[in-house]
Amino acid sequence: MSKVHTAPRRWSKPPLIKDSRLRWFLALGGAVYLALAFGTMDVNWGRVAEGIPRGLNFIAAFFPPDFVTRWDEIVDGIYESLWMTVTSTVVGIALSIPIGLGAAKNLAPRWVYLFCRGILAVSRSFQEIILAIFFVKLFGFGPFAGFVTLSIATIGFYGKLLAEDIEDMDPGQAEAVRATGASWFQWLNYAVQPQVMPRMIGLGLYRFDINFRESAVVGIVGGGGIGATLNTAFDRYEFDSAAAILLIIIAIVMAVEYSSGYVRKWVQ
Amino acid sequence: MLRLVDLVKQYKTGDRALKGVNLEVPDGQVMALIGPSGAGKSTLIRCVNRLVEPTSGQIFLNDLALSALGQSQLRRARRRMGMIFQEYALVERLTVMENVLSGRLGYVGFWRSYLRRFPQSDIDAAFDLLARVELDHMVDKRADELSGGQRQRVGICRALIQDPELLLVDEPTASLDPKTSRQIMRLIRELCAERRLSAIINIHDVMLAQMFAERIVGLRLGEVVYDGPPEGLTPEVLTEIYGEEDWAETIRKVDEDSDNQGEDGAAGVDHETPSLDRDRLAGMT
Repeated sequence: MSKVHTAPRRWSKPPLIKDSRLRWFLALGGAVYLALAFGTMDVNWGRVAEGIPRGLNFIAAFFPPDFVTRWDEIVDGIYESLWMTVTSTVVGIALSIPIGLGAAKNLAPRWVYLFCRGILAVSRSFQEIILAIFFVKLFGFGPFAGFVTLSIATIGFYGKLLAEDIEDMDPGQAEAVRATGASWFQWLNYAVQPQVMPRMIGLGLYRFDINFRESAVVGIVGGGGIGATLNTAFDRYEFDSAAAILLIIIAIVMAVEYSSGYVRKWVQ
Repeated sequence: MLRLVDLVKQYKTGDRALKGVNLEVPDGQVMALIGPSGAGKSTLIRCVNRLVEPTSGQIFLNDLALSALGQSQLRRARRRMGMIFQEYALVERLTVMENVLSGRLGYVGFWRSYLRRFPQSDIDAAFDLLARVELDHMVDKRADELSGGQRQRVGICRALIQDPELLLVDEPTASLDPKTSRQIMRLIRELCAERRLSAIINIHDVMLAQMFAERIVGLRLGEVVYDGPPEGLTPEVLTEIYGEEDWAETIRKVDEDSDNQGEDGAAGVDHETPSLDRDRLAGMT
């Protein structure tokens, strides 16, 4: 082989944005905006310094947590939160199955798809607190408002993820079941359900855990449950009881977390 | 008998996958459909059971115009056409038995299938078929626990339990090693003979097609360019189907081992390298 000496050919990774002017404009623009955004943040350092001991006092008031004084109220609140969580998770998931099926592009005709996506978008665009305030106005104080809030939030969450999981399924398996002459519902049961089931069980448990945590939040705006108890404890400056409630919430969330991990492994 | 008349399929993208195909497959005939990727082989067999809707043309299965059926009639007609897939297409999280019984879905009602309470005759048939392909000890294994060859045998059972008149077979050996490929092709041919089934087998592997089919149809760019016996596949014909290439090797080797069962051993040695050219590998007896 004869060697031909030429200048080495250079190579560098092509940039993400081809136009170098646009690239610099975006980089500089981003930096300037960031600097301005930090500039408008008004921090009163004197106030922060004053606040630190106050914050520490507040935290110190949590200790030792008092499980005893308000035990009955706490138990009632926990029970209420748990049934709110269970019912809203079950109802929310039950309602989100037809909506999720309709929102899967590979299953539904276009108008059904758009309609169901619309429902999902609306139910996801309102944060739980906003929904809770609305439903407390509608149904009055108490756990029913919390139940409706969490059910609707569950539809948005679960329906969207179900639809996306169905869209990601293996079309080969679905086609094979269709080729046997199966009806639509049989096809759903034999081709779609086995493919999405494990993930859906995992997400159902995850949503259960979210709903329990959210039940504490919706309680604060009047939706009943442990949140209401927590709010009362704060209103009465009983921070030790509040600490007890927070610890119980953490314990329950952790218990759900561990058991859901176990169940997920089992259904794989 | 299956009859295709002027079958045309044009995809929304504008690709004309089939350009007026006319074809007759008599009862009991095993026909291999060969051709390069994109020739329309998959489209053709999917038009027959209308997993793909043909754009125009007619399809008859024993005088029943498949191309004109409404949805519920189409489901009834699909029961008579078993399909076997590339990559097996078993529902992976269902058991072997559930996968086989899913071939009966066209015959049983929703609640029966939902509760998995199939008629005893279906369960007997499933056990018989699984015994025939030597998998009756694995009925409750999940499909994703099986090896490739085992999965394809389950796929064959699923197609046969439909009690079909016609088998549509789409690249049955594309993901199998050379030895298993032969076993699967042999099994399909034997089962077709036992049950007097006709079959259309899409296959990339020219040599396997020659070994196991009694008739070969060559498809190129959506048109039939060869239709005849396996012996008729000369280098000129293969060039017509696939384009210019040195075909002499392929054909000579086929003649050598067409009645030689010993090739399985040699081909089976190379399990780790199924990506080697299978045509050549199979000839190394």
